[in-house]
Amino acid sequence: MIDAAETTTTDAAAAVVDARDVYKRYGTVDVLKGVSLSVAPRETVCVIGPSGSGKTTLLRCLNRLETIDAGTIHIAGEQLATDRTGGLLHRRARQHLAAQRSQIGFVFQRFNLWPNRTVLDNVTFGPRRVRGTSREEAARVALELLERVGLEDKAAAYPMQLSGGQQQRVAIARALAMRPSLMLFDEPTSALDPETVGEVLDVMRGLAADGMTMIVVTHEMGFARQVADRVVVMDDGAIVEEGTPDQVFTTPTSDRAKEFLARVLAYGVSREA
Amino acid sequence: MGTLLAAFDTSYFLERLSPDQLLWDALWTTVYISVVAMVVGTLIGVLVATGGMSRHAPFRLLAGLYTWVFRGTPVLLQITFWYYGSNLLFGFELIPRTVDLGFATVHGAIVAGTIALALNEGAYMGEIVRAGILAVDDGQTEAALVVGLTEDQALRSIVLPQAARLIVPGLGNEFNNMLKTSSLVSVIGVTELFADAQRAYSSTFQYVEVFAAVAVWYLALTTIWMLVQVQLERRLGRHERREDESMAARIFGAGQRRKTYS
Repeated sequence: MIDAAETTTTDAAAAVVDARDVYKRYGTVDVLKGVSLSVAPRETVCVIGPSGSGKTTLLRCLNRLETIDAGTIHIAGEQLATDRTGGLLHRRARQHLAAQRSQIGFVFQRFNLWPNRTVLDNVTFGPRRVRGTSREEAARVALELLERVGLEDKAAAYPMQLSGGQQQRVAIARALAMRPSLMLFDEPTSALDPETVGEVLDVMRGLAADGMTMIVVTHEMGFARQVADRVVVMDDGAIVEEGTPDQVFTTPTSDRAKEFLARVLAYGVSREA
Repeated sequence: MGTLLAAFDTSYFLERLSPDQLLWDALWTTVYISVVAMVVGTLIGVLVATGGMSRHAPFRLLAGLYTWVFRGTPVLLQITFWYYGSNLLFGFELIPRTVDLGFATVHGAIVAGTIALALNEGAYMGEIVRAGILAVDDGQTEAALVVGLTEDQALRSIVLPQAARLIVPGLGNEFNNMLKTSSLVSVIGVTELFADAQRAYSSTFQYVEVFAAVAVWYLALTTIWMLVQVQLERRLGRHERREDESMAARIFGAGQRRKTYS
């Protein structure tokens, strides 16, 4: 069901994501100060760090929901569309960008389901509108995906009739419907009631196990520890620690990573993923 | 007071309420001028609103100019301007003049009046549509962008349908106004509801009865519209579980420009 790449090499050429020296500034605030991140096929990378450290901004830059001020971003070996003429993209570049984005699943903290469309329509909209998939085929795939996230019985419901956890699972199904080669999760459980966090994390864990390439910005330390192949700690617009979950959580080397982890792990790994 | 009431000719009032062919025609004229002007005005409004948010400065300027001019001058002036203006275009003739639309021929004054009302309406609807678009959360657009739509496609497929629900109350106000404002086209010789009343009292001089009757007719039209509007809101809002408490706040509350992504 998931088009994960065959290879598992980690060199930059085969990387699904290759961001180099990315700078981002909002007004006078430097949000990203030269961040480099490379993600190999089938890899699950969790990005953690204090609020305002630039995690979400980095993720949004990878999909060009935010433009970058310097650096390069390649997705599947192809550079993301860049600024031209006064900050505006040309028509061709805009269409190319849209095509690139359609390969990248993105899950928002606030779900952003389309409230005027049913669950099924939310999931089938992208394939039908962007890929030209037939109604029947799109519905077939959508129902499969809804079954996978445990919501096949909610196909006819409207988003407002669902709980937060259910909405987020629909959002994941909506992203998967485009058969992306990369999934980006922007704090997918931060807006959820504690009791529905687990059902979303379970779905994500299943994706990771199936070999989906994923970048997950999260505050769920338990999830990061158990599911991530690599954990990246960000602070103040830079990556301050990077390594396997064991390395990062048990033997962090940088002071800022130690400080952050000491604070979040003060009460142990908060939630079981 | 007693003498005034005594002077009220109830049977003539009732006669004016039971329409003859002339009144039916006038009523129909009011309705179709209002509907056509409103539909065209709404389409213009969508263009003005999206133009005003365009990434291209000339479109923004054009939309701004449009709103400035058409909201800034009296409708009555605009109606007479287009009437005499179209007279200039089609050759200066007296009022009984027809315009061939291909599928039908229409009284020239009706065409001019409808155009004037539509252009004027476009300026007001532009603001209402703009407010509706801004009231749709940026996250809705972002969700469309990440599945691979361009910004223009996201606006058309995702934002405008949701904005439609938000603009209905404002649009309802505007159409209610339109039904009544359309009476102004009587000054260029269109026999709509108000002109028909003028015709009636000019022969009987029973102003009060005639105006009371025509007021009832306008009330009937606006009441029917009110009911239609309620249905429209229900239909467009069928995905909403709870009733919307303050739609006005949602429509007129948002002031900032939409975020852009390219």
